[in-house]
Amino acid sequence: MLTLSVLHLLSSDMDRLAAHLDAKLASAPEFFRGLPVLIDFEVMAGQAVDMAALKDMLVARKLMPVGVRGVDEAQRAAAEEVGLGLLAGGSPIARREEPSQSTKPAAGAAMIVRHPVRSGQQVYARGGDLVVLSSVSPGAEVLADGHVHVYGPLRGRALAGVQGDTEARIFCQSLNAELIAIAGNYRVSEHIREEERGHPVQIFLDGDSLRIETL
Amino acid sequence: MARIIVVTSGKGGVGKTTTSAAFSTGLAKAGHKTVVIDFDVGLRNLDLIMGCERRVVYDFVNVINGEANLGQTLIKDKRIDNLFILPASQTRDKDALTLEGVGKVLEELSQEFDYIVCDSPAGIERGALLAAYYADEAIVVTNPEVSSVRDSDRVLGILSSKTRRAEKGEEPIKEHLLLTRYSPARVQKGEMLSVEDVGEILAIDLLGVIPESKSVLNASNAGVPVILDQQSDAGQAYEDAVARFLGEQRPHRFLSEKKGFLGRLFGS
Repeated sequence: MLTLSVLHLLSSDMDRLAAHLDAKLASAPEFFRGLPVLIDFEVMAGQAVDMAALKDMLVARKLMPVGVRGVDEAQRAAAEEVGLGLLAGGSPIARREEPSQSTKPAAGAAMIVRHPVRSGQQVYARGGDLVVLSSVSPGAEVLADGHVHVYGPLRGRALAGVQGDTEARIFCQSLNAELIAIAGNYRVSEHIREEERGHPVQIFLDGDSLRIETL
Repeated sequence: MARIIVVTSGKGGVGKTTTSAAFSTGLAKAGHKTVVIDFDVGLRNLDLIMGCERRVVYDFVNVINGEANLGQTLIKDKRIDNLFILPASQTRDKDALTLEGVGKVLEELSQEFDYIVCDSPAGIERGALLAAYYADEAIVVTNPEVSSVRDSDRVLGILSSKTRRAEKGEEPIKEHLLLTRYSPARVQKGEMLSVEDVGEILAIDLLGVIPESKSVLNASNAGVPVILDQQSDAGQAYEDAVARFLGEQRPHRFLSEKKGFLGRLFGS
């Protein structure tokens, strides 16, 4: 058994499709991220669809198109050309594309924040590193898919590798965080040792446990 | 065009209304035509502190709803020329204020005044957002204790994201820190945060430090803005803050304990 999300195509107008999709994805970006989808052409019989553009559009939105179904002859040929598998009705998948590299963060995609991150504010660097040149106040939260660097005092929460990257690290000039976490492994302020407090440190995962190392 | 100043804090009871009254009085005394608006609809207080509660006929909500014009509603201060008060409604709630309505009133006042001081209600909800939305400058009133500092930090975040200047991508609101109810003796005992502690956390320009003083309560009870009490340390501290706001350089006073007669005698 295999669960696959199906995208029912109702129009060949890419702009309209993109707008619809964006609205849908905005409701739960994390849920849809890297989600394998099957494109259903049931109602599009006989219509020309720009298969390459469709695939690119989905990939750009971090979806992973794996195959098509309900296609006519022309659509089938086009699908094969761009490397999408063919599914007939409910039959097993004939061919599946290997997960593409589209979910990997682009190199150098760091987000730089120059102003203080204040209580109640949240900054998330999706798909890359976060560099905060100012302070992170108590009650503020900074998150990144990659590393988190804080060059002012870190007094709020810092979470690195929020998509599960266990290699991600937190670097800070002065550790006074309420909470630190890497790939879901967290430690609250109460469990940060006195000798690490207020010092420049790096925080990383050593197996399953967080390690704080003074720099 | 007037400069619009919001006096805000997030936390209640830290001295927003006292500061609004003192500041607007100080600006008017310095010769600038000033109006102070009470945004705390439903919890009207500014009129008491300004001592004009017996002369309130119409209020801010009446003006927004078009039931009265500004000329009928503004109360002229009896002590200081150039100073006017726009009182809040006591019988309505903050939903009576609308973004467009507030914008229109401020626009109209802008034609005539040099400074518009908006006395924000506590909290970070609608009333506070509306008071801050059109501001050019903000005076963030903070007490030297952790909860007040955190709330101020939250408000600073809102000022930099949810106001007109932020939304239009204009030059950000100029933020000033005003530390009130400061007690050097308690700072020394470690019971209160010091000016340096607060400054380090909030990282904004320090406009002034107002010492904890009996004269503030006395002034409120008498309906006289404390800045008019030239003998009191709080009054003098407010006068310094207004002067600094207007570009003057003045050293910060009242940061250390005045020694009493016995203290001086024994040199402790």
